Amino acid sequence: MFLQPRTWDEALDDRAHHPDALPVAGGTDVLVDINVGRAHPDAVLDLTRVPSLREWSTGPDGARIGACVTYTELIAGFARPLPGLVMAARSVGSPPIRHRGTIGGNLGSASPAGDCHPPLLASGASVEVASVRGVRTVPVREFFLGPKRNALAADELISTVCAPAATGPQVFTKVGPRNAMVIAVCSFALALDPRRGVVGTGMGSVGPVPLVADGAAHFLEDHLEAAGLWRSREPLDPSVVGRFAELVVGAARPIDDVRGTAAYRRHALHVLARRSLQWCWDDYCGGAT
Amino acid sequence: MKVTVNGAVHHADVEPGESLLHLLRERLGLTGTKNACEQGECGSCVVLLDDVPVCACLVLAGQADGMTVTTIEGVAGPQGLHPVQQAFVDAGAIQCGFCTPGLVLATIDLLRHTPAPTDDDVREALAGNLCRCTGYQQVIEAVRLAARRSA
Repeated sequence: MFLQPRTWDEALDDRAHHPDALPVAGGTDVLVDINVGRAHPDAVLDLTRVPSLREWSTGPDGARIGACVTYTELIAGFARPLPGLVMAARSVGSPPIRHRGTIGGNLGSASPAGDCHPPLLASGASVEVASVRGVRTVPVREFFLGPKRNALAADELISTVCAPAATGPQVFTKVGPRNAMVIAVCSFALALDPRRGVVGTGMGSVGPVPLVADGAAHFLEDHLEAAGLWRSREPLDPSVVGRFAELVVGAARPIDDVRGTAAYRRHALHVLARRSLQWCWDDYCGGAT
Repeated sequence: MKVTVNGAVHHADVEPGESLLHLLRERLGLTGTKNACEQGECGSCVVLLDDVPVCACLVLAGQADGMTVTTIEGVAGPQGLHPVQQAFVDAGAIQCGFCTPGLVLATIDLLRHTPAPTDDDVREALAGNLCRCTGYQQVIEAVRLAARRSA
């Protein structure tokens, strides 16, 4: 059965009546599973014809991004409000993959390596999910339950990603064998929010789910506050940058797998965390907020 | 489903999990679109779907219902090869030829949006197209040549 709803209500109805139908947006993950024989769907729920899922808007408070907005569209539309997410979107696959792959599909697949996840975690984004029973909002940090498992109930679909607009520097960094076509060996996202004095982090491919490093974030928040650095914009002491990176690595739970060893991931994550903080802080000192 | 491929309308009954690549090659006999990795890693199956380059192996056939597809078979005109194809021939950018259809379609899309690409533009646009003969230098020269000729 090939279900192709034309409205959001129709999609939720299809989802409720056919909970075994495999939801598909851009298909860049789902089709891989089908092609290699990991998935044998008798029924598919194609979400690409639901107009509301293709919509997005940005305002002073942040962005609302429909689940079927592609990486290409993210890159074109969100450089100002969500620079970290745009850096991540730009690192996905190749142009043909970015033209098809979507932010909702990335969340739905819930891979620990999904590139959208670290910047969404770092910026404190949330996911709107819906069913015929109603709508609820799930913070991204509560959305991932395990490798490729997320908080969606059997009758729910992702409708929208809501992310606050950046008020300071954001970066996304990623390690892989080449620049393109890389599933992250590990990745890291950092978001500085000078208005609220908040530091946000996100890490990919270093645990069973995308992770945050709250201990590192709080350490840095306390230091920036106590030393008055948000206001003075003076350089960070290298020992602070090093301690931040250590705390980030301490929050990681990597394993050995085909893409890298746990030890390598810890090493690489330390480098990514250090560089990310240095780049963000240099950016902040340069006045670019 | 109904799909327009290279200007011709086709009707087909497809399986729910069937890829656009399978439809093109096995049902419509358009074997110019190559089947290699089936994971979006190699770019051998790149086609233009409503003028957007996509990996046909990662699109469900049913998702292309009502849309237009351009495969390598639809690129040449009555006058002969497409300028990008001719540039690939002239630059020696073809060795075994398996990656060529995907590279040509990806290049056509690149030059449509970026008529005078830098080498970095070319490398980024073609990053998802693997050539196992490793003839990348000639490919980049072919793109430069095609861009120069259409300037």
